[in-house]
Amino acid sequence: MADKLRAQQQLEQLQARYVGTGHADTTKFEWSSNIQRDSYASYVGHPPLLSYMAIGMGECREKVRGQMIEKMVQPVGKPPEVQD
Amino acid sequence: MSDADFDTIRKLQAERNAASAGKKGSKTFDPSQQRTDVSTKASLTESFDTTLYERESSDKFAGYNTSIAVADGDDDEEEEDTSRRLVGQYTASREQMNEFSHGNGVEEEDILLGREKSARISDRETDYQKRRHDRVLTPTRVDPFAANRQDGAAEDGESYRDVMARRELEREEERVRKAIEEKTANGEVVHHKANLADEGSASPNGEESKESESKEVATAGRKRKQRWDVGTESDKPTTEASEAKTKRSRWDQTPAIGGVAVDETPRRRSRWDQAPAATPMGNQGLVTPMHPSQMGGPIMPTAFGTDISMRNAPLSDEELDMMLPTEGYKILDPPPGYAPIRAIAQKMMATPAPAGGASGFGGFMMQDPESGRALGKQLPTEIPGVGDLQFFKAEDMAYFGKLTDGSDENSMSVEELKERKIMRLLLKVKNGTPPMRKTALRQLTDNARQFGASPLFNQILPLLMEKTLEDQERHLLVKVIDRVLYKLDELVRPYVHKILVVIEPLLIDQDYYARVEGREIISNLSKAAGLAHMISTMRPDIDHVDEYVRNTTARAFAVVASALGIPALLPFLRAVCRSKKSWQARHTGVKIVQQIPILMGCAVLPHLKGLVDCIGGNLNDDQTKVRTVTSLAIAALAEAANPYGIESFDEILNPLWSGARKQRGKGLAGFLKAVGYIIPLMDEEYANYYTSQIMEILLREFSSPDEEMKKVVLKVVSQCAGTDGVTAGYLKEHVLDEFFKSFWVRRMALDKRNYRQVVETTVDIGQKVGVGEIVERIVNNLKDESEAYRKMTVETVEKVIASLGAASISERLETRLIDGILHSFQEQSVEEIVMLNGFGTVVNALGTRCKDYLPQIVSTILWRLNNKSATVRQQAADLISRIAMVMKQCGEDALMGKLGIVLYEYLGEEYPEVLGSILGALRSIVTVVGISQMQPPIKDLLPRLTPILRNRHEKVQENTIDLVGRIADRGPESVNAREWMRICFELLDMLKAHKKGIRRAANNTFGFIAKAIGPQDVLATLLNNLRVQERQSRVCTAVAIGIVAETCAPFTVLPALMNEYRVPELNVQNGVLKSLSFLFEYIGEMAKDYVYAVTPLLEDALIDRDQVHRQTAASVVKHVALGVVGLGCEDAMLHLLNLLYPNLFETSPHVIDRIIEAIDAIRMAVGPGLTMNYVWAGLFHPARKVRQPYWRLYNDCYVQSADAIVPYYPNLDDEKMDRPELAIVI
Repeated sequence: MADKLRAQQQLEQLQARYVGTGHADTTKFEWSSNIQRDSYASYVGHPPLLSYMAIGMGECREKVRGQMIEKMVQPVGKPPEVQD
Repeated sequence: MSDADFDTIRKLQAERNAASAGKKGSKTFDPSQQRTDVSTKASLTESFDTTLYERESSDKFAGYNTSIAVADGDDDEEEEDTSRRLVGQYTASREQMNEFSHGNGVEEEDILLGREKSARISDRETDYQKRRHDRVLTPTRVDPFAANRQDGAAEDGESYRDVMARRELEREEERVRKAIEEKTANGEVVHHKANLADEGSASPNGEESKESESKEVATAGRKRKQRWDVGTESDKPTTEASEAKTKRSRWDQTPAIGGVAVDETPRRRSRWDQAPAATPMGNQGLVTPMHPSQMGGPIMPTAFGTDISMRNAPLSDEELDMMLPTEGYKILDPPPGYAPIRAIAQKMMATPAPAGGASGFGGFMMQDPESGRALGKQLPTEIPGVGDLQFFKAEDMAYFGKLTDGSDENSMSVEELKERKIMRLLLKVKNGTPPMRKTALRQLTDNARQFGASPLFNQILPLLMEKTLEDQERHLLVKVIDRVLYKLDELVRPYVHKILVVIEPLLIDQDYYARVEGREIISNLSKAAGLAHMISTMRPDIDHVDEYVRNTTARAFAVVASALGIPALLPFLRAVCRSKKSWQARHTGVKIVQQIPILMGCAVLPHLKGLVDCIGGNLNDDQTKVRTVTSLAIAALAEAANPYGIESFDEILNPLWSGARKQRGKGLAGFLKAVGYIIPLMDEEYANYYTSQIMEILLREFSSPDEEMKKVVLKVVSQCAGTDGVTAGYLKEHVLDEFFKSFWVRRMALDKRNYRQVVETTVDIGQKVGVGEIVERIVNNLKDESEAYRKMTVETVEKVIASLGAASISERLETRLIDGILHSFQEQSVEEIVMLNGFGTVVNALGTRCKDYLPQIVSTILWRLNNKSATVRQQAADLISRIAMVMKQCGEDALMGKLGIVLYEYLGEEYPEVLGSILGALRSIVTVVGISQMQPPIKDLLPRLTPILRNRHEKVQENTIDLVGRIADRGPESVNAREWMRICFELLDMLKAHKKGIRRAANNTFGFIAKAIGPQDVLATLLNNLRVQERQSRVCTAVAIGIVAETCAPFTVLPALMNEYRVPELNVQNGVLKSLSFLFEYIGEMAKDYVYAVTPLLEDALIDRDQVHRQTAASVVKHVALGVVGLGCEDAMLHLLNLLYPNLFETSPHVIDRIIEAIDAIRMAVGPGLTMNYVWAGLFHPARKVRQPYWRLYNDCYVQSADAIVPYYPNLDDEKMDRPELAIVI
């Protein structure tokens, strides 16, 4: 019992620190949103990669950057309707 | 030293060794084992081959007395008679001489007695702390701030106005009493001897009982007048008597019993000829009056054997069974409707047993151990509905007796049931076993609101007032209050004062933890009740007549301030400190301000200005006490604020200053203290100016006989000396002479506190004026006749030299210093660490300048090494280890050789503490002179150490292993391989040592030895040791194998180790795996050459049935994988991952943790892409049991390499999850 409690607390701590971590009840929507956000963050965070993509897309680098940052809002669309 | 001297010592030493060899019952080991070189002849009874046959059994005289002592007892102890008297001296017998070395009042009391006593809080309280018993739980208060006040819900209880009126009355009474006392003292009122009737109705016991009685009745809120000239109000208490009472502890009184009213204890009639009118007839003979809560319950025995009424008690069933024959009789059922009378009290005390021993005429009664009735029945160990308790004290009966009365719970009202429920839970918390306590505490907490505040506190608080309370019980009950407080929140308001009454004494407890506990409770209480209610509750106590109450209230207020914030309390404090009505209120107000910085430290800084302003005016109060406490408060504030906040004190500098000039005596001490703490806050020039000003007063007070003043003066001097503005020249010119004249006197060394203060202050001054100045002045004291004074000097010299070095000590002074230190070292009657430290520090600070004195020092050491007393020898050996470095620097290798030889001879030392020190000294000599120059040669020394390794004493073990390890490290070639192997065997035992340092040293030594003589033999020994039962031993062996592999390259170890894995024994296989795990941990990158070699073994281990096996194998995999990151062993790692993966569903925490770690490590080796391919499959598995471990793996990977997995995220077939950016190719 105490072990479970501790594990729960540890998980909560972990989650508070790293948003992208998950648990057995994470939905596919949450997970895929996180994947997309992490991907965009990674592209933006590596300047050579960003330049590469900007050239490939034929856009200016800063524009691509802005687009990517904007896409991080709801990257996989609206959350699914909650059915009760 | 001369050679003759040295020879003498050697000779003495030989004699001593011979003597100790002859003595039986040596404390450590048999000298015959260690002194193989003493005799040159072969013994006929001893076996020659000592490697095959142990010698231990050879001594056939073991256990016999080899010599007969002339007298009984230690002949060491007896001084030989050197006088020339012809007639024997008659002296007192040993019993007589030892009479006062045991028993009451001497340090060594009966241990058991002492422990039992110390558990009780009241036994170790000072008189001042005992005054808490004078306080009573006041009536419940109204809660004026309650939410539903309009409904008139909380109307019952005392209002603020009532309390204030009562306090007013108390003060008036106190004033009148004082006035009368004064008059009496002046002889203005002559009391005529009271007549008989008066004497009878009042207390015949005179002053003391009068006092105790008045204390008792104080419950009702006023003291009953015992004097004929003051009206009595004896009829009042009956209505309010429902409060708990405390009484003075007198042996002939009933212990105070909470909760319900107690009749006054009938007092012993001291005069036979008085009419017993005062005491009620019914209670006449009974020592213990019946207590209402006890009625129906068994009677408490006051003392075993003294209570004769036992004889008249009804016979129990068991006794009847024993008396009457079993046959021919029948036990009848009681007729219907019959109820036995349980309450004995209702029988009008029909059988007044002639009062027992306590009354004086009961006579002596033998205690009858057989009578179970007298013992067992009185104190039940099991209370119905509670279960087995840890203990049940006689006093508990007063509170929990109700539970044993056996009444029917079905017929009780809800309130009664609740009360019993709480009682049971409290009893469990107080007296139960730990698990019982835990559940009971939880139940109390969870149901606190259902129970309600009043039933809870009405039971808890009286328990806390109990006199026989022990630490543990108090702690537990306080814990209950804490938990309950949290739950009850604002419902506690009516009980705040009662809680304060029981908790405030904790704030002045000697025990630090009790104080902390008290603070915590009061802080929680103030958070629950709110500031307004706290103030209105405690306000009446601020000008209470009793100083104790005011003091504790001030401390409690400081806690409230720290809990609710100083700003919230400031307006109130300001008002209190300016109170015109009573100086007590001002005094308490200032005291609160004093306590706040003591409690909060530098956290007062933001509010410093407000606090200082608040009390500033009181520096000119017309009451001396208020002025004094104000200066102390300012000192406390300045101390807490240091080094900031001087601007807050600007206002009060002037009054403080003029005050310091005007005051005398105790008042002055406070002012000086305040100035002393403020000066360090000032900037340089001001500090300088003010110091020179204050110094006049200080110099005048140097000669003050007052202890308190002395302390303050010393403190101020050291504060002033520490400030930047005060120069060395000024101190030398104005202060030093006076200071040394008045404080460096023998008398100061006798009191511990003065001693410390003087040393501290001298050291502080020394920081400014330099070492030479100080040492010059005190060096002569090193030859003083008072030992305490010498010690004080040595300590000061040590501290000064340790912090400032010995550069400024002149050559002349150096001689005197060494001479003095040597003298005081030799003359010490009790060996003190201070002397040792002092000597060591001085010698080390002087360094090569010591060269001339070394022979003298060494000769002292040698003589002391030969001393009869063990502590002297130990200290001498310790000194060697301290000064070995300096001896080397001075080039005194010859002397060190001599010391080494003497120490070597002393390896037969029987006291382990001393032996440890001797080994330590040898070690430090070996360290500085080196292996090759060592005298005696290592090849002689080491064989002597082997048997000492067997010694179980930690200090010995640590020092030997250190010495042996050093030799093995630096000069293994000086000893042959056989000896090293023998040491290896001894070392195996060390692996079981409790101390980690010893185990680590043993492991390292294995490494050194293996390096010296090659790993084969050592490894064989270690592998054999894997078969032993003891876990710790096996673990340490595994570590040792790892170390050996590291020092001798893994290929020398791995084949044998892997071969050992073939032994079909679980322990061995596990041990091998464990060794592999350590091995790979230590060898790191070297592992890449051995990965393919161990993979088949790991394969086998990872598919074993045994869980532990797989667990250990996993940890091997982890270390292998971490070693080969980036070294091209990915194929092997992937193979191991495939074998590891099925273990993912283990549930045992140890196993699963190791498995996850191993997978993580492999991820490091093969990269996250490949490993995560295994993970994707299970993240959204329908079974939660599967999802859980997979998410754990995912989280670990995410945390460690989130960026690296971005390219490897799976392509989900959802169109929204498309990541087209990754498909861009230029």
